[in-house]
Amino acid sequence: MFSNPDLQKLLFGRLTLDAVPLHEPILLITFAMVGLGGVAVLGALTYFRLWGPLWRDWFTSVDHKKIGIMYIVLALVMLLRGFADALMMRAQQAMAFGPNEGYLPPHHYDQIFTAHGVIMIFFVAMPLVTGLMNFVVPLQIGARDVAFPFLNNFSFWMTVSGAVTVMASLFVGEFARTGWLAYPPLSGPAMSPGVGVDYYIWALQIAGIGTLLSGINLIATIVKMRAPGMTMMKMPVFTWTALCTNILIVAAFPILTAVLALLSLDRYVGTHFFSNDLGGNPMMYVNLVWIWGHPEVYILILPAFGVFSEIVSTFSSKRLFGYASMVYATVVITILSYLVWLHHFFTMGSGASVNSFFGITTMIISIPTGAKIFNWLFTMYKGRIRFEVPMLWTVGFMVTFVIGGMTGVLLAVPPADFVLHNSLFLIAHFHNVIIGGVLFGMLAGITYWFPKAFGFKLDDFWGKVSFWFWLTGFWVAFMPLYVLGLMGVTRRVQHFDDPSLQIWFIIAAFGAVLILCGIASFAITLVVSVLRREQLRDTTGDPWGGRTLEWATSSPPPDYNFAFTPVIHDHDAWWDMKKRGYARPLQGFKAIHMPKNTAAGIILGVLSIVFSFAMIWYIWWLAAFSFAAIAVVAIGHTFNYNRDFYIPADEVVRTEGQRTSLLAERV
Amino acid sequence: MATQSSAAMNFEPGRSPSVTIPQVDPTAFYDAKGEHHPEGSTMLGFWLYLMSDCLIFAALFATYAVVGRNYAAGPSPKDLFDLPLVALNTSMLLFSSITYGFAMLEMEKGDLSRVQIWLAITGLFGLAFVGLELYEFHHLIHEGATPQRSAFLSAFFTLVGTHGLHVSLGIVWLVTLMAQVHKRGLVPENKRRLLCLSMFWHFLDVIWIGVFTFVYLMGVLQ
Amino acid sequence: MSAASKAGHDDHGHGHGHADGGSHGTFKDYMTGFVLSVILTAIPFILVMGNVLGNDRITGIVIMGFAVAQIVVHMIYFLHMNTKSEGGWTILALIFTLTLVIITLAGSLWVMYHLNTNMMPQHMHMG
Repeated sequence: MFSNPDLQKLLFGRLTLDAVPLHEPILLITFAMVGLGGVAVLGALTYFRLWGPLWRDWFTSVDHKKIGIMYIVLALVMLLRGFADALMMRAQQAMAFGPNEGYLPPHHYDQIFTAHGVIMIFFVAMPLVTGLMNFVVPLQIGARDVAFPFLNNFSFWMTVSGAVTVMASLFVGEFARTGWLAYPPLSGPAMSPGVGVDYYIWALQIAGIGTLLSGINLIATIVKMRAPGMTMMKMPVFTWTALCTNILIVAAFPILTAVLALLSLDRYVGTHFFSNDLGGNPMMYVNLVWIWGHPEVYILILPAFGVFSEIVSTFSSKRLFGYASMVYATVVITILSYLVWLHHFFTMGSGASVNSFFGITTMIISIPTGAKIFNWLFTMYKGRIRFEVPMLWTVGFMVTFVIGGMTGVLLAVPPADFVLHNSLFLIAHFHNVIIGGVLFGMLAGITYWFPKAFGFKLDDFWGKVSFWFWLTGFWVAFMPLYVLGLMGVTRRVQHFDDPSLQIWFIIAAFGAVLILCGIASFAITLVVSVLRREQLRDTTGDPWGGRTLEWATSSPPPDYNFAFTPVIHDHDAWWDMKKRGYARPLQGFKAIHMPKNTAAGIILGVLSIVFSFAMIWYIWWLAAFSFAAIAVVAIGHTFNYNRDFYIPADEVVRTEGQRTSLLAERV
Repeated sequence: MATQSSAAMNFEPGRSPSVTIPQVDPTAFYDAKGEHHPEGSTMLGFWLYLMSDCLIFAALFATYAVVGRNYAAGPSPKDLFDLPLVALNTSMLLFSSITYGFAMLEMEKGDLSRVQIWLAITGLFGLAFVGLELYEFHHLIHEGATPQRSAFLSAFFTLVGTHGLHVSLGIVWLVTLMAQVHKRGLVPENKRRLLCLSMFWHFLDVIWIGVFTFVYLMGVLQ
Repeated sequence: MSAASKAGHDDHGHGHGHADGGSHGTFKDYMTGFVLSVILTAIPFILVMGNVLGNDRITGIVIMGFAVAQIVVHMIYFLHMNTKSEGGWTILALIFTLTLVIITLAGSLWVMYHLNTNMMPQHMHMG
């Protein structure tokens, strides 16, 4: 079709038909399944005429609750992709011994472990955390929305654009084969000339913009928009952890942006930051990327700590033990997390003085974390504990996380790290804290706040099934990795020679299957709960006997969250209100000032996908065109001064009236 | 602790516990008159953005500090930097700062046409700065001191270029704002935006102090 | 911090969109800042271009001092930083950021210097 190669290059850059991996049966099957599923979803949306509502009420929405829910949906979808990668790796390692090469060739296996790490951190854990903070924080502080509602929508679509870019690499071209942090010189132009690392860079850069902006947004929200009377030390603990997490986001993500920009200059322009020749220093990349990377760990775990604090106190029907110490521990972790980054590369060779400093700071940072565990235990002590599903996740977390924390302190000892560095022991350690901490926390949070978001609880039985599968699955899958790591097995290996190791990998693979059952049960929970929603309905707005402000409004909350801005006198504000005979206001409603929806966010998101795709494939004309389009849309958006409206008072009266009759029915 | 656990006994979803605790006026729990308005968050939010931008520059400075002496047998700062040109460039940025300041003072007084004049002058100084920088880059590349030549030059071009890119963005923003001020006058939204750009502009000045001291002057000293 | 938040909650009675104050400088402020920064820029350039102090190391330290002084001048007179704006949150954010900037710069230099010393001793006197 193109007899002129220059013209083809001009039009399509390095994109050719060979980029579609038709020769890979695994990818073809995946592609067919995704295609069929996609057609089914699109067909259903068309059949049920949902496009209009989806666009009006969700995609263009600036409502923090809807954006939060969309983040979590994105995360759960990406969890399926990331977990499919995990299952494939476990299967490969369980079978690839001796003469058996397994079913994944090295170049494919390498892409899978890279994609697994990138997706799980950036497109599962981060959207879960951001989504939960988005949904909960404004409700907890008695605000009507976040500080910058449009920016919130824009941030969400940038995150989606990054996720779409990663997914595109599955079907057009390839993904990076470098591991999730893409260390040079392996990720440099000489060793990775293909598109894989470019997919990696652009996906993270675009999603990173969204993350950074949402971080700024939530800090401004928490600082500026708290209800009257809510001083800093009366803020709910989840809001505190959200504040610290967002401070970490704003302070850490710029470093990632900068270091990835330098890597892309090396790849696109031919500079020598991280090359091996002409004065470049690959170790500088490792140094910088971990200055971002270690705070990132706390970005993920702090909100989980916040969730557990809320849940422990609610389900023990007690005020959280040691509120102030909890807050200080969080703040101390926030600051200390910037002083430990070198423990990720003790073996690089900076010498005894540097390694001792970072080893000691790492051990110190475990102290505030330990204090938190004791606070939760003391909260439970003599409480009337209700072991509902969120509480089960919390107890499961405490047991699991403590083990993960202790193996972390073990790794913080530099001589021990020299033995265990990059071994499966490390893999077991960080899965132990990320699954046992972050993921359990987010699943606990989803179960806890689900009734607030949708007006009905999640099914108890299937929730418990999911919990037990996850918990046992985690232990069966990762304890063998600790053993293997101590025996010296390194990470990212596609084939083994020593048959005595195989049994451990088979056990680990079985554990992964148990986790699969956990994920399946969670999906069943959602389906069963939707079907049984009338029995599970929460008419009160306060299904668990909550203590913080989000339980003061209806489930799901009205667009404006609170008809009247609450006034706070004590922490655990809603508990205080219930105790002291709060009566819900029934009249005097006024029109409420709210931000308007806008399509600018999703348009910018789509244009960003086009731009990054063009940059990845060297289609320069398209890159220039889409960049110009982004600029025009962004600047055009600033010419729109008409960004808010009033919900009329009668509508507020109507909404609140419905709630009044619902509450009356119950009594 | 005791009162807490006794309150806990009375838990039932959605109902007020019936323990007798000092009651207060129910209206004390909400803002019945609708008097509470959250303060504007834009200035704080924009300041936070600047702080994050500052950390991008910190990473670039750190990279320059670490690889900035790796000349790879190529030219060193002493061979390349033309300090009178840098001094001229610095003065452009300083002048643009004070003229932006004048624009802000006129904005306080509400004098629309003077605001526009000072903004235009600021933009011209900004353009002069970017132009001089491009001239310097062109000159260096012409001499063979390209970003690909050595890690020092990679770091130099990236750090100085990133600053220049910010100034260029600031000029685009300035033009956009002039159009918006022209269209709608000094409405509160525009005043707020002018304040944000003012912070951005002065922030770039601060970064430039780091650049001319750490890169140019210290470079020539080595 | 609690004092800061109390200050942040004084109800100013502003409507939406009008509440963004931000502190403004006076003509005198701007001129003071401008004159000071011209002086603080000119001296380092003269010191370096004229090799006034005759010692590169001392000159380096002195011009760093001038840079810090000039940054402070810009912060106060152009960016109108003070401990009260936005209830103290801007200055808090600034201090936090500066701490991280120092950690990033000093930490990277320390780590990478030791790395070079330990791992590539022959490259010590490169360039």
